[in-house]
Amino acid sequence: MNSLWSEFKKGIIAENPIFVLALSLCPALAVTSSATTSLTMGLSVMFVITMNNCVVSLIRNVVNPKVRVPVYITSIATIVTVVQLALQAYAPALYDALGIYLALIVVFAIILARAESFASKHTLIPSFFDGLGMGVGFCVALVIIGVLRELFGAGSIFGVKLLGDWYNAPLIMILPAGGFMLIGYLIGGWKMLVQHMEKKEAERSEA
Amino acid sequence: MEYFTLFMGAVVVNNFVLTKFLGLCIFFGVSKNLSASAGMGIAVTAVMVMSSALAWLIYNFILLPFGLTFMTTAVFVLLIASFVQLLEMVIKKYSPALYNMWGIYLLLIATNCIVLSIPLINVESSYGFLYSLVNAVGSGLGFALAIVLMASCREKLRLADVPKPLEGIGIAFIIAGMLALSFLGFSGMIG
Repeated sequence: MNSLWSEFKKGIIAENPIFVLALSLCPALAVTSSATTSLTMGLSVMFVITMNNCVVSLIRNVVNPKVRVPVYITSIATIVTVVQLALQAYAPALYDALGIYLALIVVFAIILARAESFASKHTLIPSFFDGLGMGVGFCVALVIIGVLRELFGAGSIFGVKLLGDWYNAPLIMILPAGGFMLIGYLIGGWKMLVQHMEKKEAERSEA
Repeated sequence: MEYFTLFMGAVVVNNFVLTKFLGLCIFFGVSKNLSASAGMGIAVTAVMVMSSALAWLIYNFILLPFGLTFMTTAVFVLLIASFVQLLEMVIKKYSPALYNMWGIYLLLIATNCIVLSIPLINVESSYGFLYSLVNAVGSGLGFALAIVLMASCREKLRLADVPKPLEGIGIAFIIAGMLALSFLGFSGMIG
């Protein structure tokens, strides 16, 4: 149980896909100009990565290693198509807002990387938790970026106006340039957080 | 004239890296070194043009007539991945010198969002064949321009005194933000 928890936890903080591994950055900027689209994107990716880890770990013994990458890509593409069709049917407005970036989940390095480096070597249960942890980490990172950009750029969160009319929203936060810079500083901040936690951990194990 | 507008638009105004955030993994991964970045830019452009052409043909002559458009994403990904693999083998066989220059980049390109997104955008906006090709060339050169600019900045950065937590990828993002800001200046150029 303990090891499952650590598989889950590592994806959220110490190996956060966006802030630490810096993988799959394109969506992190493209859809995070509002909190709602960030959350949708995060949940979609979480679903795809968890499902794909399960599929890969189930078929890991039957797939010839030489063709494994095309097989993984096919599996990812199928799951992404499912998500696309589901969103198109039940949330067309969100589907339009995410646009092409939803289809681009297929080529997210993080999903292929987890399939290759974890799910292809482990059984179903650990793979599930690994995928879930990475997915949650991804989702958390996207929502943090989305909330900050929407708050500073439009004075609202999830479409709810928080800051009054006195707040003169700087347009740059919604623009790509502000997104880049915000993520730069967040990466720096995250690094400090992880280092601080590691130091504490080391002190605790010494004592 | 229409083609020229599209081309210039794709290179500077709607630069895919700096305004649409595509191809960031390569953009940040390879841009530490100037000559590698230039090679990568050319390789991406070449692959993008060829795969756009192939993808356009497949979409308009196979997927569309048979009503299989819901499989576009899956088909394009596999098409590009296998095409890049094939290209790698051909180059390895016929031009080892070129392979030494490009080989490592080709695999990185195989599953990359910018290479997948251009064919997708082309078919979704129902561009004609020639129009799609011009769009692909322009976007590829735009990517090359962005990554070369970025690499030049990062080479200078080696001598700079950067705060510890921002070292590496953090400062790279901030520079990309500045670049995006300066590219905003082009936005009024072509309506």
